[in-house]
Amino acid sequence: MIEGIQIDLISEERLATMTSMEKIRMILDDVRRGTIVILEKGLAPEEQSTLIEMTMREILPDGFNGIEIETYPSRADSPGFLKRLLGKSAPESRLTVIGPANQLRMIKKDKDVISAWISTR
Amino acid sequence: MSIFIQTRNRVSKFLQAFFRKKRTRIGIYGPPNAGKTTLANRIARDWTGEEMGQVSEIPHETRRASRKSDITISGSNGSSITIDIVDTPGVTTKIDYMEFLEYGVTRDEAVVRAREATEGVAEAMHWLREDIDGVIYMLDSTEDPFMQVNIMMIGIIESRNLPVIIAANKIDLPAASPQRIRSAFPQHPVIPISCLEGKNVEDLYEKMVNHFR
Repeated sequence: MIEGIQIDLISEERLATMTSMEKIRMILDDVRRGTIVILEKGLAPEEQSTLIEMTMREILPDGFNGIEIETYPSRADSPGFLKRLLGKSAPESRLTVIGPANQLRMIKKDKDVISAWISTR
Repeated sequence: MSIFIQTRNRVSKFLQAFFRKKRTRIGIYGPPNAGKTTLANRIARDWTGEEMGQVSEIPHETRRASRKSDITISGSNGSSITIDIVDTPGVTTKIDYMEFLEYGVTRDEAVVRAREATEGVAEAMHWLREDIDGVIYMLDSTEDPFMQVNIMMIGIIESRNLPVIIAANKIDLPAASPQRIRSAFPQHPVIPISCLEGKNVEDLYEKMVNHFR
């Protein structure tokens, strides 16, 4: 059997059908199993906040020690008048890579390239 | 007491209760070892004569959010604000107790420290969602400001429409580059400071009076 690391690429369409809690639970369950999760569209700020909080609550000595997460910088587009009026000027979230902190290391990131190194356990 | 005076007092009390502004809570956020507690101590010492918390070179020395109430900061033009300062644990997405062993603590102490640190980060995120009205985001200006946790935290703060001042700390060190922080977050005011030496803290106080009013 081939040994290696599982990578799950989750489409934007799939993410759109999930609630915030379903997304966070899926990410943490996958990452705790050693899977690298790539989201075609990143999490909303509120979801990122909850992800940090839940990650902290699941860290154990000699076990899961957290996540590594990287995303492209959001595109710098100026929100239109209507978006500003409706308060919808949050930056657009983009492709996001999440993995176990003890296996995933980011090497380099710029506005359109993320370079990462993944180790086996 | 005449009915007129009683009525006037009741109306006055009602109006005071109705219009009384909730105390403004300013959270000091940022990654571990950026100097958050050093700043909290300096603010508290400069304006109340007391300190808030202990500082050390070990990451996650602050593992509980702590609040200092009723700090009145005055600006140069005579205006002032009264705030609560909330010093928070450094925010991160990973904590490994092994990193504390490098600082000479025992394994048991390191495990306890790591557990308290994880609780502290979760608590800090909860404060940000529920109880904070403005943020001083503290960055070490010798470090890369584009770290993902900084990008995420600034995004989270912006999504909550909280006013934010970025403090580019440690400008007393030769490798400091506050300009890099300005380039990373051009949408927010950046104040280069040295909390340790007190350099430029007056500029930060001036900005706080104007920005958090």
